[in-house]
Amino acid sequence: MRKSLFFVLVLFTSLTFIARLFYLQIYATEPYSIYEDNAIRKVYTYPKRGYIYDRNNKLLVSNQPSYDVMVIPREVKELDTTEFCGLLKISKDYFVNKLDRTSNYSRRIPSVFLAHLSKNDYGFLAEKIRKYEGFYIQKRNLREYNTSIGANVLGYVAEVNRSNIEKDPYYNTGDIIGKQGVELSYEKYLRGEKGIKFIQKDRFNRDLGNFNNGKNDINSIAGNDLTITIDSHLQEYGESLMVNKRGAIVAIEPATGELLSLVSSPSYNPNLLVGRERSKNYYELYKDSIYKPLIDKGLLSTFPAGSPFKIIVGLIALQENAVSEKSTIYCNGSYVYGKNKKSMKCHCGGGYRNIYNGISESCNSYFAEAYRKTINMDNEVSKNFDKWSSSVKSFGLGNFLNNDLPVGKKGIIPDSEFYDKWYPDFRWGPTTNLSNSIGQGEILVTPIQLANMMAAVANKGYYYTPHIIKNIQGDSIEERFRKKNIIEIDKQHFDKIEIGLKEVYKSGTGKFLNIPGIEICGKSGTAENFTRLNGKKTQLTDHSIFVAYAPKENPKIAIAVLVENGYYGSTWAGRITSLMIEKYLKGYVTLKKTEELVINKSLENEYLKPFSGKPFSINKL
Amino acid sequence: MIGQRKNRLKLDWIIISIYLLLVGFGVGNILSSSISGEEIYLFDFTKLYGKQFIFAFISLFVGFIVISIDVKFYERFSSLFYLLSLILLICLFLFGKRINGALSWFPIGSFNLQPSEFVKITVALAVSKYISDYQTDLRKISDQAKLFLIILIPIIIIILQNDTGSSIVFFSLFLVLYREGISQNYIKSIIAIIILSIITLKFSLLTSSIIAVFFTTAYYFFKGKTKNKIIKIIVVSFLSLTTCFATTYTYNNILKNHQRNYIKVWLNLEKDPLKIKKMEKTILYNLNESKKAISSGGLTGKGYLKGTRTMGNFVPAQHSDYIFSTVGEEWGFFGSIFIIFLYTMLILRILYLSEIQKNKFSRVYGYSTASILFIHFLINIGMVLGLTPTIGIPLPFLSYGGSSLIAFTILLFVFLRLDANKINEW
Repeated sequence: MRKSLFFVLVLFTSLTFIARLFYLQIYATEPYSIYEDNAIRKVYTYPKRGYIYDRNNKLLVSNQPSYDVMVIPREVKELDTTEFCGLLKISKDYFVNKLDRTSNYSRRIPSVFLAHLSKNDYGFLAEKIRKYEGFYIQKRNLREYNTSIGANVLGYVAEVNRSNIEKDPYYNTGDIIGKQGVELSYEKYLRGEKGIKFIQKDRFNRDLGNFNNGKNDINSIAGNDLTITIDSHLQEYGESLMVNKRGAIVAIEPATGELLSLVSSPSYNPNLLVGRERSKNYYELYKDSIYKPLIDKGLLSTFPAGSPFKIIVGLIALQENAVSEKSTIYCNGSYVYGKNKKSMKCHCGGGYRNIYNGISESCNSYFAEAYRKTINMDNEVSKNFDKWSSSVKSFGLGNFLNNDLPVGKKGIIPDSEFYDKWYPDFRWGPTTNLSNSIGQGEILVTPIQLANMMAAVANKGYYYTPHIIKNIQGDSIEERFRKKNIIEIDKQHFDKIEIGLKEVYKSGTGKFLNIPGIEICGKSGTAENFTRLNGKKTQLTDHSIFVAYAPKENPKIAIAVLVENGYYGSTWAGRITSLMIEKYLKGYVTLKKTEELVINKSLENEYLKPFSGKPFSINKL
Repeated sequence: MIGQRKNRLKLDWIIISIYLLLVGFGVGNILSSSISGEEIYLFDFTKLYGKQFIFAFISLFVGFIVISIDVKFYERFSSLFYLLSLILLICLFLFGKRINGALSWFPIGSFNLQPSEFVKITVALAVSKYISDYQTDLRKISDQAKLFLIILIPIIIIILQNDTGSSIVFFSLFLVLYREGISQNYIKSIIAIIILSIITLKFSLLTSSIIAVFFTTAYYFFKGKTKNKIIKIIVVSFLSLTTCFATTYTYNNILKNHQRNYIKVWLNLEKDPLKIKKMEKTILYNLNESKKAISSGGLTGKGYLKGTRTMGNFVPAQHSDYIFSTVGEEWGFFGSIFIIFLYTMLILRILYLSEIQKNKFSRVYGYSTASILFIHFLINIGMVLGLTPTIGIPLPFLSYGGSSLIAFTILLFVFLRLDANKINEW
């Protein structure tokens, strides 16, 4: 007993300790995770956001460092305020207020004291900031635009908002996210992956430096650089042509569906949304309900397609054998139809019209007849109309194009159901909606849809979904952009239409728009449009529309131009079309007079008319 | 032949191996607990780990000397050592330096020497010497009194110097006395006193008084034939009641507030959640942080120099009394068990060797060594794990501190020297 007591005591103690350790370390504890460890501060490291290049590898968007002066209020020691304010170029009031507000927020956590130092200020301050305890300079990355164009295409970045954070747990407060354009569409590629740095804290919450020599840190992954399909020269040229006009230019490479330019006017300089003035500028742009510079008109403007729609009406009529190239009608300046002898005016000048000169002279009567025949065939109006509607839609009209731009509009291509709803007790027929035959009536399209339609016509039966992405560094572009969308219309009918489109430039509405050495196929359009003034539907000057592709053999560019309230299609949209085509195909412009005319033309007076409060006249050259 | 055999040293390599492992592990863990991310230079003597590194070498050197000295030296001069060490302790009142309230250090240059660490050795020697003296009879009250005096004098001096923690260590020598045949009644009394004190504090004076009288009566009632049963019952009951009252009095009037709080925490006496919150930030802070660090180590630990709480210096005094929390965090359950295993082996090995000593002095000294190591092990790790009250004494060989490392080395190596000689004894 006397000998063994001590032995027993030692063993008992050891076993008790082991049991206690088991309880503490295994039973009552979660498996260790560095993320849950409150002795470790987790700091995100942000990778380089991907650069954006244009199709000619010109750098459009890169990053620039920005320097913020940060403050940790409780570490601020007495300092020479006059000298300090002088260095930062701030007033003493700012200093006192800001220090007060940051102290109220937290005395321990760093807050921004002064954001976005200029590079010069930074260079100067970097040397001296050490003197001022509690202040330090923090580097951040901002976007840098090496161009003043393409704001609508490139988009912009901003701090994430609450809904961004809720939707995607990747984001934390203060993170940057793409908000429009390519920045939004390709956010996942551009942003890269955040890294995490683990900082050892002590029990007073002070940083002691990297934990485990940074071996646990997760490196950030740089964002992918993007090449977009935009030709920045063409884009810039288009934007310069659209100065003082509202509207859009959309140019597509038919062979690929790549968007060569996507001009929306009025736009803004993307540099406005970078730097210290960002929020002020953004607010200015956002609240501008007259110019709406943040709206991409190329994607979001809807308007009646007008005469360019005759191309499709003609193609479908030919395909359905409602008409043939030999069919002719006599136009006497108006098309009379229905029991009540309603008439639709035509400005083609009158005479015998077939598919060729019907297009080139834009004869309303011819296409009204072709449309009626198409819909009335075999007296199956409803069925024919649905077939017609889906054929129209196969050109990418009346629906989202499923492209890689973050915004868009469907437009309207009606089907039989549409009219059944409108006329529930009435047997409607082609004469009910005869305006559709000339692209008015219920038809609504967007500029990008029109341009895409022209690409399909240029390809004679198919199109590639228009897209903005040309190349993603380290990844391929999506399959859907490399897949043909087939249109069920025979190539021979496109050939016939093409003759008419060519004729537009020989003898039709575009005969003064020719470019030396380039055969263009195009179609003008003039779309009636209305607005509401004091609750009254008021007609405004027609939209000037032009669509074209060139050259005729092996087309390189398909284009749609909309100049709001520009009156005749060929007047402004047609001129701009020719200039754009020449600029793109030749790289220079020979139509100097046209160019000068367009650039100097301002439609501001036209746009002010509805706001004048007085009666005004429309459609005056 | 005989001369050769006489000088042959048969050192116990198991103990030496455990010793080296613990010291090495100690330096490593002190390094971990005293740095926070900076570069490590093992020979940077301005740093704690650098100092401990030197202490480890000095200890090895001292250990070597201890082993080289003739075995008779320790027994013969033990009384002298004892007296000298008491004088040293008393000198503290004149030249001592107060650190954290305890007057326990002599400042020598940039180091502080803590004589109470060395007193453990001399008391162990003195006790061994006295017990092994053939004239001593532990059954005689007068001899018992002398023995108690040997132990109590340093205890009283150290308590006067406000170093209660160190003084408690000496009580472990009762284990030795028990082994050497002191009356069972002492052990029974001590156990009874401990139990009664705890009951008094945990429940109430009334409860413990009733229990004291009831059990005393019952004990003698069932014990069978004894002389003067009634008188014994009355005397023992009276003594028990005195214990209960004394405990209450000590707790309320003698203990300092922080000591009272430690006891409150240990026995779970505080029920007010607000006060508990406050305690967690003050006196419980160390314990809490230490428990959190150990908990976070899990099964395998976070790895050497990767303990986030160790690196972040979350546990104050981690390099000294709370060194075991570093082990727990960085080496996990496995590492902690390993350390406990080493201590258990060390103590049991010393006990085993003591039992096979032919010389009584060696045996008693071995027992003393084991009991001193054991009480440090018990109180230190118990405290870090939250099992025993907070009493600041170092973990032998692991905690930072030159005095303690060198003193424990001498304590252990004297026994090794004695043990090495056992083949020469008959």
